[in-house]
Amino acid sequence: MSRRIVANGIVWLLLLTVPWWLPVVGGYTALGSRVLVYALGAMGLNLLLGFTGCMSFGEAAYFGLGGYGTGLLLMHVTHNTWAAVTFGMLLGGFAAFAFGPLVMRRRGIYFAMITVAIGQIFYFVADRWNNLTGGEDGLMGFSRQPLHFGSTIVPLSAVPFYYFVLLFFALGSGAIALLLYSPLGHTFVAIRENRRRAQFLGIHVERYVWASFAIAGLIAGLAGALNALQNNFMSPANLYWVESGNLVIMAVLGGMRSFWGPLVGSIIFIAIQDYVSTIFPNNWESFIGILFIAAVVFFPNGVLGFIRRRARTVTKTLMPASTEARETHEPVAT
Amino acid sequence: MELLLFDAFNGLIQGAFYALLALGLSLIISLNSVINFAHGGFMVIGAYLAFTLAPYLGFWGSLIVGPILAGVLGLIVERGLIRFMYSRPDPVYSLLMTFGLALIIEDTVRSIWGAQGLPFQIPAALDAPLSATYFFLTGYRVFVVGSIILATVALFAFLRLSNFGIRIRAGIHDLETVSALGVNVYLLRSVNFAIGTLLAGFAGVLAAGVLQLVPTMGNDVIMATFVAIVIGGIGSLLGSVLGGLLIGLAAGITTAFYPDASDVVIYVMMALVLIVRPRGLLGQEGLFE
Repeated sequence: MSRRIVANGIVWLLLLTVPWWLPVVGGYTALGSRVLVYALGAMGLNLLLGFTGCMSFGEAAYFGLGGYGTGLLLMHVTHNTWAAVTFGMLLGGFAAFAFGPLVMRRRGIYFAMITVAIGQIFYFVADRWNNLTGGEDGLMGFSRQPLHFGSTIVPLSAVPFYYFVLLFFALGSGAIALLLYSPLGHTFVAIRENRRRAQFLGIHVERYVWASFAIAGLIAGLAGALNALQNNFMSPANLYWVESGNLVIMAVLGGMRSFWGPLVGSIIFIAIQDYVSTIFPNNWESFIGILFIAAVVFFPNGVLGFIRRRARTVTKTLMPASTEARETHEPVAT
Repeated sequence: MELLLFDAFNGLIQGAFYALLALGLSLIISLNSVINFAHGGFMVIGAYLAFTLAPYLGFWGSLIVGPILAGVLGLIVERGLIRFMYSRPDPVYSLLMTFGLALIIEDTVRSIWGAQGLPFQIPAALDAPLSATYFFLTGYRVFVVGSIILATVALFAFLRLSNFGIRIRAGIHDLETVSALGVNVYLLRSVNFAIGTLLAGFAGVLAAGVLQLVPTMGNDVIMATFVAIVIGGIGSLLGSVLGGLLIGLAAGITTAFYPDASDVVIYVMMALVLIVRPRGLLGQEGLFE
C-alpha cells in the first residue's frame, strides 16, 4: 500500500513540474498538454476496455463530439471557457448514454464492430454538415478565452493551459479512481472477470455495461473538449475510426489492467508520433502501424504489466517461499 | 425516374462490392475469430498490383493474378502474424494487429504508387453502353455484377461441395470438435484467411475499373463492410451478401434524394436493424451476444 502512495506521489510530482523538465529533455509544454488530453481520453476508454472488459472501438466519436461541442459553444454562445468545457463533456456523455442501449448486449468482436460503426455516424455528420461544422476543412474560428478569477485575468498561453488541462486531468482521473474503489467499479471488474457468473449473482450486466459506456463517453468528451481548446481547431479526423484505434493502443500499450497504464501509453505514443513525424513526415503512419504490431506481440500486458511481471519474477527468485500471485484468466467467450 | 434508376443501379454495384468484401471478412471473422481491419488494405493491394501488372498481363490476366497475389499476401500475414493471436482469448490483440497492418498497407501503397488517383484501363469492348436510354448500363458494370455473382456462387459451391469447404463450415460451427476429428485446423484457418483476402483483392480489381485507384479507398469501404455484416447477421455468410446489397442500394437511392446523407444512411439502417432485430437479418440467435 505504501508503495502505491509513493508511486502516485512521484507521478503527480512529475506531472506538476512538466513545464520545468520537459523542455530540458527535448519536448515542449504543449506536448505535455497533448499527452494529458489523450491520457484522459484513454483512461476513460480503459474503464470500459480494461476494467469492464468491453472492447469499445468507437471512442473517438465521443472524444470528437466533446471537441465540436466546445468549439461551437465558444463560437456561437459564450466566451466562458469553463462553460464550453462542461458543455463538450456533457455532449460526449449524453451521446454515449443515448447509444449505449444499442451496444450493451453485445460482447467481444461484435461489440467492437458496432461501436466503431456507430462512431462513424458522427464522423459523417461532421464531415457533411458544412454550415455547422465546417465540413472537411474542420471547425475554425474559435480560440481558448482567458479565464476570469474575480478581477484577475489569466490568459491561457502554453504554460497556464497546461495547468488548466492538468486540473481537469486530476479531476477526471480522481473520479475514475474513486469509481474503481466504489461498489460500481467492483461490479465492472466482476463483469470483466466472468460475465455469466455476475449475471447469476443478480447483477444486471447490461445496465452496468451501459453505465460504463456512458461514463467512458463522458470522460472522452471532456478530453475532446480540452483537445479542441489545445488546437483551437476541430477536424473531422478527430472523429474517424483511426483516432479510436489510437486511444485503444494507448490503453493497451501502457497496460489495460493498470490505473496509470493509459497515461504511460499516451506518453509513449505521442512521443513516438511527434518524433517520427518530424523525421519521416511522409511515412510516419507506417511507424505507428509497426508500433501497434510490436505492442501487441511484445507487450500484451502493456509496459506497466511487463514491469510488474518482471518485478514479480525477481521477487520470486529472491524469495521462493512467497506465494505465487494468482494470474487472472479471461473467460473464453462462448 | 431515369435518374433514380441510375442511382439505384450505381448503389447496387457499390452494394455488390460491399457484399464481396463482407463475404470474405465474414469468413475470416467466423473461422479465424479475427476482425480484419486490414481487409480494405488487401483490397487496395489487389487493385494496385493488378494496375501494375495490367501492361504485361492485360486486363484479364491481371484480374486473375492480382487477387491471387493478395491472397498469397494474406497467407503470409496469417502465418507470420495473425496465427500467434489465436491463443489469446481477448480479441483486442488481433484487432490492434490488423489495425496496424491497415496503416502500414495504406502508407506503403502511397509511398510506392503515390497519393494521386490512378486510372485503371478496362477493355474497350466492355466500356461501351449497352443501351442508349440507360446510358449508365455499360458493359463493364454488368460484367462487374456478373463476376461478383459468379464469385459468390463459386464460393458457396466450394463451401458446400468440397471436403475442404465442408471442413471450413464445420470449423465455423465448432473448431474444437473439428480439430479432435483429426482435421489440421491451422491449415484450415490459414487457407480460410487467404480465401478471404483473395476475395478482397478480387473486389479491389473490379472496383478499380469503376472508380480510380487511391490509397485510401480501403479505409472508406471497410466500415461499410462492417455495417453489411452487422445488418446481415454476424456469422451468416448469406446474410453478409444480403447486407452488402441492401446498404449499397439504400445509399444509392438516398443519393437521388439527398446526396449529403448517402454516407450516413447505412449507419442509421444498422442502428434500426439493431433495435428491431439485434442479431441481424439472418444471424443466429445468441451468437457473439
